[in-house]
Amino acid sequence: MKMPRKITFTVNGVKKQVEVKDNELLADVLRDKLQLTGVKQACWRGECGLCTVLLNGKPVKSCLILAVEANGAEIVTSEGLMEGDKLSHLQKSFVENGALQCGFCTPAFTLVTHYLLTQKPDASEEEIREYISGLICRCGTYNEIVKAVKQASQYYKK
Amino acid sequence: MRQKYIGKALPQLDSFHKVTGIAKYTHDISLPGMLHVKLVTSTEPHAEIINIDASEALKIPGVVAVLTGKDFPYRLGIYVGDRDVLAIDKVNWVGHPVAAVVAETMEAAEKAIDLVEVDYKPLKPVFDPFEALKEEAPIIHPKLGEYRRAPAFTPVPGTNIANKFTLRKGDVEKGFKEADVVVENRFYMPFVSHCYMETQSVVAHYHKDGTIEIWTSAQSPFAVRNLMGLSLGIPIGKIIIYQPFVGGGFGGKAGLHWEPLAALISKKVGYKPVKLKLSRKEQFTSAPVREGFHAEVKVGAKRNGKLTALKAKFILDSGAFADYTVNVSRAAGYSVGEVYDIPNVYCDSLAVYTNKVPTTAMRGFGHPESAWAVERSIEMLANELKMDPLKLRLMNVVKAGISTTVTGERLREDAGNPVQCLEAVAKAINWGKTEEKPKEPWKFIGKGLAVFSKGPAQPPNAASAAIIKINEDVTVDLMVGTGNFGQGTLTSLAQIVADELGVPVEKVRIRTMRSTDTVAYTWQTVGSRGLFTDGNAVLEALKDAKKQIKEVASQVLRVKPADLEIKDGKVMVKGRPWENVPLSDIVMGYTYPNGNSIGGPIIGRGKYISPINTYLDPETGQGIPTIFYTFGAAACKVEVDVLTGKVKVLEAAQAFDLGKAINPLLVRQQVEGGFIMGLSVALFEEIQFDERGWVLNPNFSTYWVARAADIPSKIDTIPVENPQKDAPYGARGIGEVVMLGVPPTIANAVQNAIGVNINNLPLTPENVWKAIKKQRPELVEEIKKKLVSWKWKV
Repeated sequence: MKMPRKITFTVNGVKKQVEVKDNELLADVLRDKLQLTGVKQACWRGECGLCTVLLNGKPVKSCLILAVEANGAEIVTSEGLMEGDKLSHLQKSFVENGALQCGFCTPAFTLVTHYLLTQKPDASEEEIREYISGLICRCGTYNEIVKAVKQASQYYKK
Repeated sequence: MRQKYIGKALPQLDSFHKVTGIAKYTHDISLPGMLHVKLVTSTEPHAEIINIDASEALKIPGVVAVLTGKDFPYRLGIYVGDRDVLAIDKVNWVGHPVAAVVAETMEAAEKAIDLVEVDYKPLKPVFDPFEALKEEAPIIHPKLGEYRRAPAFTPVPGTNIANKFTLRKGDVEKGFKEADVVVENRFYMPFVSHCYMETQSVVAHYHKDGTIEIWTSAQSPFAVRNLMGLSLGIPIGKIIIYQPFVGGGFGGKAGLHWEPLAALISKKVGYKPVKLKLSRKEQFTSAPVREGFHAEVKVGAKRNGKLTALKAKFILDSGAFADYTVNVSRAAGYSVGEVYDIPNVYCDSLAVYTNKVPTTAMRGFGHPESAWAVERSIEMLANELKMDPLKLRLMNVVKAGISTTVTGERLREDAGNPVQCLEAVAKAINWGKTEEKPKEPWKFIGKGLAVFSKGPAQPPNAASAAIIKINEDVTVDLMVGTGNFGQGTLTSLAQIVADELGVPVEKVRIRTMRSTDTVAYTWQTVGSRGLFTDGNAVLEALKDAKKQIKEVASQVLRVKPADLEIKDGKVMVKGRPWENVPLSDIVMGYTYPNGNSIGGPIIGRGKYISPINTYLDPETGQGIPTIFYTFGAAACKVEVDVLTGKVKVLEAAQAFDLGKAINPLLVRQQVEGGFIMGLSVALFEEIQFDERGWVLNPNFSTYWVARAADIPSKIDTIPVENPQKDAPYGARGIGEVVMLGVPPTIANAVQNAIGVNINNLPLTPENVWKAIKKQRPELVEEIKKKLVSWKWKV
């Protein structure tokens, strides 16, 4: 239990090896050991969704995943959504539509909706609304987020 | 001056940082060698601390120290200094921090807090504010008379009354005699949590030379600095407060919070940096929340609807510390019926200590409370008068330049217009038009509206300043103290700077981290004041900078400064724009061909303080409490399911006389966001306590916060623009008024739908269903009959 072990995963396209204890959470490892502080924490028990990352392409709440479970996985955080040093179309759409206020929940919303659009680029407003309801934005920017996602969806259509 | 940016919907200038996740919040700040702090909290609601034994905790590897209230003999606060750093001798609620464990890792600290043994001698607790007012009630703050307090507040030593505010206008008994109809009701709002997504956190480093550096998730860095200095007896010049990105505030991060604890710990452990970050549970149980509110309101009117008298009694269940809530009781008292022209008004508003979680300011403070009680009362009065509630409100709202407010202030001519707000929202939801009935017989549609107002509840001498530095390439550093925790005021201010100096807005740099030793002063970022007060300071600083620029340019161009204008990066002679000099040749000093130079670096300086505000009279509450009133109205359409009690808001609109929308996108964010928070508080939110004072629902599964699926897709934002002459471009603040009228609007719509009055929040299915069963049992019976013949589609 107490013995640290080495795990390897790919984070935002870069291979990383970190030493973790069996009980360490993925969220803490990403934040504290890899300084990926775009992974936010607000409830620490899987209710708010702000620690969402993409694990092998799918959104997961990284406060509910042990770091050792991510051994060998591919992880994407909001920092990795960028296209080089430019904003992605989705991120740009969030900015243009005013889909952020204090910004604390924004990275998680972009990751979750990025996944939704890769799966279902023609998602309806109703589907987007339902899909983002796993996350909390206390500033209440939901309608702008729906608009931003809708607007960015064109870039996900093949 | 050409307005290229003012009035334009621009995204917040720090959006890039936020959307990519590179924005650093206090949660994300880590210093080399930093230690972690965890709190040991009280398991008793009211008890003497007999002994604290930390010996086992100290054996955990990595634990550096365990500190208790004995280490920190200070009292803290902004208005009434009733708070301790850690409990001193006595605990006052379940969750009261009694000790702090400091460790090299969070894991060690978490393990150690469970090993700190605290022996208590239980005292009789009091949880109900009405019980707390009785003579035999246990006294929660025996030393109340010794606490430092601001002049506007009157705690009553020897009782549990933290503040008593009284308002007396006209002769209320005479007003009720003149009334043809009187309605009298009781109202309640529960404790709620701000639920800002970034929990409170602070990183502190006390240096050996006495300098203290603090990074904090706080709204008001200068207030933190000042109150720390005052409370701890430290020279203010030794304290530097950094405000990184802040993940929401909503009033809950105003004033002073955990900064003294973290700073003092840093010193105790040998001048090492320390970090305290609250868990969500601690945020619900150990940090301040919004108080519980009890009201009795009596309102009288003539048969034609003209209001004659309003009498209110407010009891604010303030929990164990009322440091900030004393001002909430004051604001609730002076804002009672503020939006109406009523000749006779009487209000007693008391903040009362109980052995529950302490309380503080929350978005609109005092006003959501008074608006809930008054706007429900007006609705019931309309019902009693059999009058259209819209008409009743239109008839009675204040008129700029004519009406006298409840605090006896004659409204300025350019104060704004609540009538336009009401008419706009009524139109938006087709007020008066009968809606099609839902096909399910157990569902009912209703419409409701409300009118209200809010101005900054601040001390009369709350000041602001601004510094504008112009760099060699005419980029501009805007340095103001007002914070950004989502509202985007800094973006609006940058738009003003860009237009006034004729530079692209991208050239105006706003600081993503404020620090008290480099930016200009502002008292606090609260009360919807930032755009107005800091905006006025910015305008003065711009005037100062432009004067300096023109003085130099007038020598270069050999005309009077008054004949010059600044446009498109140049200073030019009015009417002869080809006679000009680029700003870049001036802003660091102008150099003639032979090397002689004049002028020098341009730094503009401005300030603002209100010349008109007054303290309110201690007996009558009369005076001028605020620098502006932002009038607003809300309306919505709801669907009520009488079988389940579920209320669904189908569509909504809000209109505000904000004078001028400097940035319509930010306005929309505030108005929609405010509506959603108001909806959440109206329909879902309540901190529940058990009979021993324990919080039963300190998490987001059992304390529900509105999510995307809970809100209507149509929330209209309607700006009304009657500019106020002493405001920057006429603009009034809207950060708070946007949420405060939502609960009565929804409850009024529910009344309209099913004829049931609900005066206790929240309107959960359970509470609505109970109210239907009590007030209209026949409604449920009718539906049951209809259901027999209902054809279920399978």
